[in-house]
Amino acid sequence: MNYVALKMLFGDRAKYLMLLCGLTFAVMLIVQQGSIFWGLMMWSQANISNLNVPIWVTDPGIAQVDEVKPIASTGVDRVRSVDGVEWAVPLYKGLLRARLADGDYHQITLTGLESATLIGRPAQILEGRFEDILQPDAVVLDQWAVERMGGPAVVKVGTIFELNDKLARVVAIAKTQKSFTNIPVVYTTYERAMRYVPRERRTLSYVLAKAKDGVRVEDVVQRIRTQTGLGAFTEEEFGWKTIMWVLKNTGIGINFGTTILLGFIVGMAIAGQTFYLFTVENLRQFGALKAMGASTFTLARMILLQAFTVGLTGYGVGIGLATVFGFLTASGGNLPFAETWQLLLMVLVALLAICTFSALISIIKLARLEPAIVFR
Amino acid sequence: MDHHSQSAAVRARGIVKSFGTGDTQVTVLKGIDLDIYLGELLLLVGESGGGKTTLLSAIAGILDIDAGDIDVLGVPLSALPAGRRTQFRGQTMGFIYQQFNLLPALTAAENVAVPLLIQGVGRAEALRRARILLDRVGLGERAEFLPKNLSGGQQQRVAIARALVNEPRLLICDEPTAALDGPNGQKIMELLRDVGRSPDRCVIVVTHDSRIFHFGDRMANLTDGRIVGIERIGQEGTV
Repeated sequence: MNYVALKMLFGDRAKYLMLLCGLTFAVMLIVQQGSIFWGLMMWSQANISNLNVPIWVTDPGIAQVDEVKPIASTGVDRVRSVDGVEWAVPLYKGLLRARLADGDYHQITLTGLESATLIGRPAQILEGRFEDILQPDAVVLDQWAVERMGGPAVVKVGTIFELNDKLARVVAIAKTQKSFTNIPVVYTTYERAMRYVPRERRTLSYVLAKAKDGVRVEDVVQRIRTQTGLGAFTEEEFGWKTIMWVLKNTGIGINFGTTILLGFIVGMAIAGQTFYLFTVENLRQFGALKAMGASTFTLARMILLQAFTVGLTGYGVGIGLATVFGFLTASGGNLPFAETWQLLLMVLVALLAICTFSALISIIKLARLEPAIVFR
Repeated sequence: MDHHSQSAAVRARGIVKSFGTGDTQVTVLKGIDLDIYLGELLLLVGESGGGKTTLLSAIAGILDIDAGDIDVLGVPLSALPAGRRTQFRGQTMGFIYQQFNLLPALTAAENVAVPLLIQGVGRAEALRRARILLDRVGLGERAEFLPKNLSGGQQQRVAIARALVNEPRLLICDEPTAALDGPNGQKIMELLRDVGRSPDRCVIVVTHDSRIFHFGDRMANLTDGRIVGIERIGQEGTV
């Protein structure tokens, strides 16, 4: 009877297309909004993921990565003394103003890496050599800095600008994940960063560390917390802490959540109503099938097959459209769009819920259907 | 035809059926006793609202009765559980409706194959047998037509082929000619009469159409919930 069910579904082309459009729209809306939302969340913790280190040691009261609370310079040695730590290096992170040759000012995030190891350096370099950062006055920009500070015509390898009245010379351009605030990132060595920034009592922003091989990162993090009294997080924990801060302190979660919920409700309403109408209008046919010996179970199976067929088709088309949208608008990382398998799985579960709900209200109608309807 | 020498396909005794409750309760069948025999075509006639369709539904086992017993082909239908009754209906009964009730998305052959598919017959075999039946009702060349591309008479012939495809012993027809013109109605009745003449089958036809009375072997008159007369019909169609 699967064949009959599918022919019935595809035969009523107008309703099939209406169902398909409803479900496609719902899937597209949920995937598109979910991907943008998750893309934004990725951006919000880009200043963590761009450095790609396993352990972050912070002030114990830190809320998120961009809210730097400096710690005492002894922090590095204290972390190095914790059992299970393979290495620990200082990181400076702070806001400064850059003054270009044309007199234009731009706010930048200055990131100072330990010069001996350059731990925390970006993985991909678009232009120049990152190692040249060790040369006098050398800095490396990320590609968003180039974009924000006037484009490649204004800022390129060899460009000289001022940081706090001191010279900075661009030696390389790095490729990084765009950050939530999209403030240009300027990399230099930790020691040179200390020369650029105004004098402060505490200048150590973070300590970056790694656990020894064979030791669980979580255990080392816990030991650092206990033995130093500092905050310590795995990269993932710090990322989530930042994401949760953004969700709690901005309207992003509610805004996107509302849109995603609307997509779910609209999808369910359209699919449920259209599917119910489809069943009601075919009630005589279903009654005839029942009279001919089709059990309620057989009819329920037919309805479920119809619902899941149109649902999975809508899922495929919806994801396809959302992906095309993402490809067209977010290619190059200019817009936040992260279509992850977890999101697609969640949307699939939501869609199956919509289809099951739609099928159930039709099945209830059919279960109560007296086949005697065919004689009326 | 001597009924004492025939087996009863349907034996109904004391059938009572009411709808509604309290002051609005209406008793539609008020103690029906009726035997329908193998090898006959029984016409069920009477005024509208007299209970013909209700009796037909009760005999088909698609409507629960309040009192009485119905045996179909020796099986006490009202005692069967719902699932078993549905299965029994699928195996032994065929249905022809006033409005044909063909599935619009299926071709003529696919429509005819539906009862076989319900019984679990494979699609290729079901379609093969469906095409044979369509040949028998003169629609072999239109097996791949959708119902919307067939005339009313052709659609009813498809419905007859569908009703016969699983070789039912009891054929239940509700106003099979009501939506057809005179000549088409006559052709349909000729087909049903041929089925009814098979010694191991019987046909029940509810009708208001006096033009087809002469196709029946007997005619039962159901008025106000009671059988008020059963008459034999002569060879010339005279009662």
